[in-house]
Amino acid sequence: MVNIIVCVKQVPDVAELKIDPLTHNVVREGVPSIVNPDDRIGVEEALRIKEKYGGRITILSMGPPQAKAALFECLSMGTDDAILLSDRTFAAADTLATAYTLARAIKMYRNDFDLIICGRRAIDAETGQTGIQIAEQLEIPHLTYVKNVQVFPDEKKVVVRREVEGQIETIEAPIPILLTVMEGLNKPRLPNLREIIKSKKKEIRVVNATELGGDLSLYGLKGSPTWVAKVYPPPPKPGGTIKSGEPKESVSELINILAEKKLIVKRVE
Amino acid sequence: MHADGEKFDAIVVGAGPAGTTAALTMAKEGMRVALLERGEYPGAKNVFGGVLYRWPLEEIIPKFWETAPLERQIVDHRFMVMAKDSGLLMSFKVDGKDKAPYNGYTAIRAKFDRWYASKAEEAGVLLANSVAVDDVITENGKVVGVRAGQGAENELYASVVIGADGVNSSVAVKTGLRNPPDPDEVAIGVKEVVELPSETIEARFNLRKGEGARMETIGCTHGKMGGGFIYTNSSSLSVGVVILLSHLMELQMKPYTLLDEFKSHQMIEPLIAGGKAKEYSAHLIPEAGYSRLPRLYGDGVMIVGDAAFLCSYPEGTNLAMASGMIAGKAALHAKKNNDFSANSLSAYQKMLAESYAMKEMKRKSSSHKQLIQNPRLFGVYPDLVGELLADMLHINGELKSLKHKRAIKKFRQKIGLLRAIRDAYSARGMAP
Repeated sequence: MVNIIVCVKQVPDVAELKIDPLTHNVVREGVPSIVNPDDRIGVEEALRIKEKYGGRITILSMGPPQAKAALFECLSMGTDDAILLSDRTFAAADTLATAYTLARAIKMYRNDFDLIICGRRAIDAETGQTGIQIAEQLEIPHLTYVKNVQVFPDEKKVVVRREVEGQIETIEAPIPILLTVMEGLNKPRLPNLREIIKSKKKEIRVVNATELGGDLSLYGLKGSPTWVAKVYPPPPKPGGTIKSGEPKESVSELINILAEKKLIVKRVE
Repeated sequence: MHADGEKFDAIVVGAGPAGTTAALTMAKEGMRVALLERGEYPGAKNVFGGVLYRWPLEEIIPKFWETAPLERQIVDHRFMVMAKDSGLLMSFKVDGKDKAPYNGYTAIRAKFDRWYASKAEEAGVLLANSVAVDDVITENGKVVGVRAGQGAENELYASVVIGADGVNSSVAVKTGLRNPPDPDEVAIGVKEVVELPSETIEARFNLRKGEGARMETIGCTHGKMGGGFIYTNSSSLSVGVVILLSHLMELQMKPYTLLDEFKSHQMIEPLIAGGKAKEYSAHLIPEAGYSRLPRLYGDGVMIVGDAAFLCSYPEGTNLAMASGMIAGKAALHAKKNNDFSANSLSAYQKMLAESYAMKEMKRKSSSHKQLIQNPRLFGVYPDLVGELLADMLHINGELKSLKHKRAIKKFRQKIGLLRAIRDAYSARGMAP
């Protein structure tokens, strides 16, 4: 039996993200929401571990009530239950406040976990910090950039492969542990009809700040030592130039331009 | 076989207006209903841009206009006869002031369908999104469930399956109730949503705040059966062209070329100028007409809405809802008698035959056929109207009496009195 918590985030589909040209804010209206791709990989890995060893998979998220849709999606993949931490007090949290909130919920509701799985990073803010901060809050070890997981429940250990710059590490670590997983670990399954129907009957437990208790000054904006001052799109690329005409002439023109910009060195015959 | 899969009283395939209405009708009376939607949410796949009439939605959700996401109440009905370089625009307007509820509203179905399906969920319907039903399960010739992919885990069982899965319905085709549509049984509609500030829309269409206009146009389909349209939403316009698919094939044109031509016509361009194209979509619209309606039921199965070809310009959504409601009632009756055989479900088609929906389809029947065979109305007439009016209204010292004579001569040459009478008769289905 391996009890697993998968932390997921509902994010706007960045493929369709727009930035308001006047306010420079990210336009959220009308942008479809999805389960953060790395988190889906986490859900899939949890399901594979459960299929081997049994246990319970809890989906944990913090977000507005609409985030229920993301939790339903995770449930329909075959996970067991879901908790949504939703309260205005939690809003505008940075990674520290988010990790505090999630860690507190884990301690209160699912302290019997063996594994916590988080996505390596969320595609909206790309900080990649929340997962490891949860581990710190819970005072458990963590491993990041995980591309392969083997669990040994009897020996209370995991063996994971993580990819770091230029090399692959194989690391053995004790349970309980938090892992952040990334693309390439697995291919998340599509929910089947029967699981979708079943998931619709599962309750998502929604927890507000009062119920979660704790130090209210550590939640949301108040508990966030960092905040986003400004979001703006990168300046548009200036248009290129097209050299038409005889290939031979165009090529030598191109070579001259590149040499002028010191992008290539022209050989002097 | 259905060991760990549970069985529902009814499975409705497709959470559009027809399917949601059927599901809602059944769930309200305690039936256990699964509503399966192919899109990520109801309305996600929708291309509709038009008018939602109060009937029969009002019967299903009283005072729906107080909570439904609607765009504008329709007070201005416009009809345009378009020629290459001219246009004759007629507008009929009823003062809508202090008259809520209104007869019709524009709606963006991505919002409306979602809202409508949420009402069904409140009534106890189990809505499952992202489920693409591709086959039915039959036992001894009776439909007992649906399949949404391979393996037992993608099967679902019920006493009755209602196919509300649109013009390309898998349920209708797999049960053999009808074939995939022929090119002369469907029109293709291409539509753009053009964003404009609401004040701009009101100014351009001569509307008061919150009021809306619908505009339908003939003469923009190269003499083939079809037309153009503009519907006013709150802060966007739905602009599009519809043409019978077989006629489009004869033209050998791309549908968006027709839409581009329409949008750049002098009667349309100023209405959409400065707007930002927000989305572009295309969809097939049933145009089979009454005479080619399929049988709408079988053992354990019924088909409703576009799946049943129940669509008749300019009405579709309301006919879909009407058929969904009646199918839902037939299912309730079948449940009471615990008999979901074809014989029992035939009550659906019988009740439908007595309804406005089917009688309206029937009224347009022969007219529809004649228009397909002889689409003069969509080309010859608009061109002639443009030509004659241009001549008449051009003051150049030539006596009007001469111009009138010339007009009559032209009319005789191009159409002729007898043929005009015949054409007027065949166009009766287009009468409001």
